[in-house]
Amino acid sequence: MSEAPILRVDQLSRDFPVRNMFGWTTGAVRALDDVSFEVRPGETLGIVGESGCGKSTLGKTLVGIHRPGGGRIVFEGKDITGQSASERGAAAPKLQYCYQDPGNSLDPRWTVRRSLTEPLIVHTALEPRDRNARIREILQQVGLPLTHLDLYPHELSGGQQRRVGLARILTLHPRLVVLDEATSGLDVSVQAAVLKLLRRLQHAFSLTYLFMSHDLSVVRMMCDRVAVMYLGRIVEIASTEALFGAAKHPYTQSLLSAIPDIGGRRVTDTFALEGEPPDPAQPPSGCRFRTRCPRATAVCAETDPTLRPIAPGQSAACLFA
Amino acid sequence: MKAALDILRKLLRDPAAAAGLAIVLLLVAVAVLAPLIATHPEAVWDMNPRQRLLPPSEAYFFGTDRMGADIYSRILFGARITLTIAITAVGAALLIGVPIGLVSGWRQSWLGEALMRISDIFLAVPQIVLAIAISQTLGPSIENVILALSVTYWPWFTRLIHAEVHSLRNETFIEAAIALGVPAWRIILLHVLPNVTSPIIVRTSIGMGFTILTASALGFLGLGAPPPAPEWGRMISESREFLPEAWWYALAPGLAIFLVVMGFNLLGDGLRDVLDPRIRRASTGR
Amino acid sequence: MSSIHGFAVQAPGDNLLEVENLRVSFATEHGVAKVLDGVNLTIRPGEIMGLVGESGCGKTTLANAILGILANNARREAGSIRFAGEDLLTMPRWQAESEIRGRSITFIPQDPFGSFNPLFPIRTQTMEVMKWKSPRRAAREGRGIAGFFSRYPRARRSADAAAVLQMLRTVQISKPEEAFGKLPHEFSGGQRQRLMIALALLPQPELVIADEPTTALDATIQAQILKLLKRLAKERGVSVLFTTHDLGTAYEICDRITVLYAGQEVETAPVDDFFQRPHHPYTVRLLESLPHPGRELREIGGEIPALVHPPAGCRFHPRCFRATEECLSDRPAVTPLGGGHQVRCYHPITEASRL
Repeated sequence: MSEAPILRVDQLSRDFPVRNMFGWTTGAVRALDDVSFEVRPGETLGIVGESGCGKSTLGKTLVGIHRPGGGRIVFEGKDITGQSASERGAAAPKLQYCYQDPGNSLDPRWTVRRSLTEPLIVHTALEPRDRNARIREILQQVGLPLTHLDLYPHELSGGQQRRVGLARILTLHPRLVVLDEATSGLDVSVQAAVLKLLRRLQHAFSLTYLFMSHDLSVVRMMCDRVAVMYLGRIVEIASTEALFGAAKHPYTQSLLSAIPDIGGRRVTDTFALEGEPPDPAQPPSGCRFRTRCPRATAVCAETDPTLRPIAPGQSAACLFA
Repeated sequence: MKAALDILRKLLRDPAAAAGLAIVLLLVAVAVLAPLIATHPEAVWDMNPRQRLLPPSEAYFFGTDRMGADIYSRILFGARITLTIAITAVGAALLIGVPIGLVSGWRQSWLGEALMRISDIFLAVPQIVLAIAISQTLGPSIENVILALSVTYWPWFTRLIHAEVHSLRNETFIEAAIALGVPAWRIILLHVLPNVTSPIIVRTSIGMGFTILTASALGFLGLGAPPPAPEWGRMISESREFLPEAWWYALAPGLAIFLVVMGFNLLGDGLRDVLDPRIRRASTGR
Repeated sequence: MSSIHGFAVQAPGDNLLEVENLRVSFATEHGVAKVLDGVNLTIRPGEIMGLVGESGCGKTTLANAILGILANNARREAGSIRFAGEDLLTMPRWQAESEIRGRSITFIPQDPFGSFNPLFPIRTQTMEVMKWKSPRRAAREGRGIAGFFSRYPRARRSADAAAVLQMLRTVQISKPEEAFGKLPHEFSGGQRQRLMIALALLPQPELVIADEPTTALDATIQAQILKLLKRLAKERGVSVLFTTHDLGTAYEICDRITVLYAGQEVETAPVDDFFQRPHHPYTVRLLESLPHPGRELREIGGEIPALVHPPAGCRFHPRCFRATEECLSDRPAVTPLGGGHQVRCYHPITEASRL
């Protein structure tokens, strides 16, 4: 690793209280448990996992929407753990979060122009003329006409709203963008357009992406490295080639075997993983994947494996990797 | 501005709401133009014992009262008092209640909880009893009536705003603004407040009707402005002695109160119908 | 061939379901939306037919039309839906409701969360279905108003309950007796979808319509559900109409695939032929826009047309890279390409032009 990482996360954890019907706290869900990883400038790191794995919580905690319970977040060399976005000062605009449906992140009563100008008013001391220039530049980059500036979100199509949402984040010239399920639920043709746009923006603005998705085929196409999460833990992290070519953790292997491969083997013939993810409020003792793991033994119930390097650039949290 | 005209147009399509708006505008016009349209502007303060208790006629549209003053003119000037009390009391309640609601609704904190409990306390105080207590202590006057009314009405705004802010807090665009690093005060003033103006407007209009009714009740009990101020409630109270012969004495102020309160209520209902579905349509996008 | 719920005897080789030239439009506040524009579709007994299309293509409307549950503002302008020889659209309503819907043709919806009444345990909801739709129920039992008062015959009830428990075991719900007493929210999404599969198979239908049944599920659960559905359908010889926008799942489970674009079906083929040799420009572009390692992502320019003023002729022509004047005239006729592969295009991509 030649350059210093742009983001370093150390043993990040966050609990959500579990309340019963009276509102009393009866337990806690470890949404994030001892999460550690680094992101290099300019790369796209994919975070994959199924529902309940904690990737959304991870994204929101990194950006300051949630406060972590423990661990550290270091961005561009500065410790920003526990600070909300407004407390981070100059660091805030550099680390941005993009919602699954960016159109929803716009105030429905504000024109596009106003929504795009607001981040600049809050974070920069630019003159109105410079602000307008920057907004115009961004609109051109995302492929929207200038006439849209005076429209309201509900007057735009879904795709156009998405572009406005992206544009708003880009007005601050961020360095790292957390993309939370940027293409989930989209039709294939729309998904292709969005992915191409994201790629182009990455080059135009020298962005680093944290790309969260449950769709492995999209991750394979977009990401340089991939981290796999299960029940709040990273169970494997490796380069895309290594992960898709020779995954080490049994959960990763199961996940890969669940993806349809058009023209190749049929998942319905080969898939073998049984059962469902356990209740996150009561995770199994030892390795949390052992209840479904084809390679589980007695030892797995006693020790909770941590991420350890298995091959150069590839780590997995399994006793038998 | 386009939005305001849009609302107006929709409002006018509903006959009941249009009627309400007309009444409210009439009240304002009457209050402003009272000196010009009153037939006997001096009637408010001068006494004319020889003309007392005359039935309605061409000279005296609504008849005269026990002092011989023209009731019609007194009603017109009384509109000023009514409007002043309503605007000031509701306005004060707004200015106190809305900020408190914003603060308590924004974050789950001990401060928010404490403010809500304080508002609960004020809510439990009966307006009339408090008004009596204040007048006894500080003397009867319009200012004291306004004080009593605003002090007991502000919790209604607080509860409303608290609930609205609480639900808005979970909207994606608010969370996105937080993620962008927009400071909380800016989010509350520029994002949250514009989104809660509609319920505030509706509540204000209905509050005006409610306040006028209560103010009239207080006037009736003699707690408002001292005579000879042409306060509608007091006029009804005065008329009791002379019923049922001088029927016009109670009818005019009674009708006035009835009309004005109904006007504000109709307007409030109409506004609610117009503003609520519009919000829903605007924020669902496509 | 046995008689199916009292229908005419079918000769082997006949289609189970034939949708012919179906035209359905909806009256909306913006005008009349012509959602289905002369759709043709056939399903053979025991086959899994995939209906593939993006949002707004009309696949849900087609499924609803077959089930007879179109909204009030829908109007059938033309066409027929023949099921085992009888036209569903002209059938008397009582027959459609008691014998077809939920019995000969059953439904697995997309959303496993909203499909159950949250107040009643599974026992109540499944036995309710069995009371009316059990294969052991006589055809004329308790019709109309009398049905409201008819009791559930005890002998049939215990046989039905046993069948339900057996089916719960078949769909791999652990401890079915306990599951019987649980409420819907106590099950996960994957388990609820298994329950829906069970409910769809209990009446022993001929055709199951599965409307995007795995869209809302995680990848590993989706694989389990697809595997289960495919196995059960094949074991029981049940036909399935499987709608989806995900070509991967279509590849997994379907025997044949029909592509729908803006209310027009454009290509039909057996599954392997479909993916190896697509002929319609839309199909080709669709396959090219799937993420694939080592291949550039390709967009289809433009947007799906509004159905209130759809393009004339072939509705894909504004976005088609092979469109000519001809394509605006009439909709292209069906061109059979051999081996069960057919396409509706004036300029299909043939082997020669596939470079």
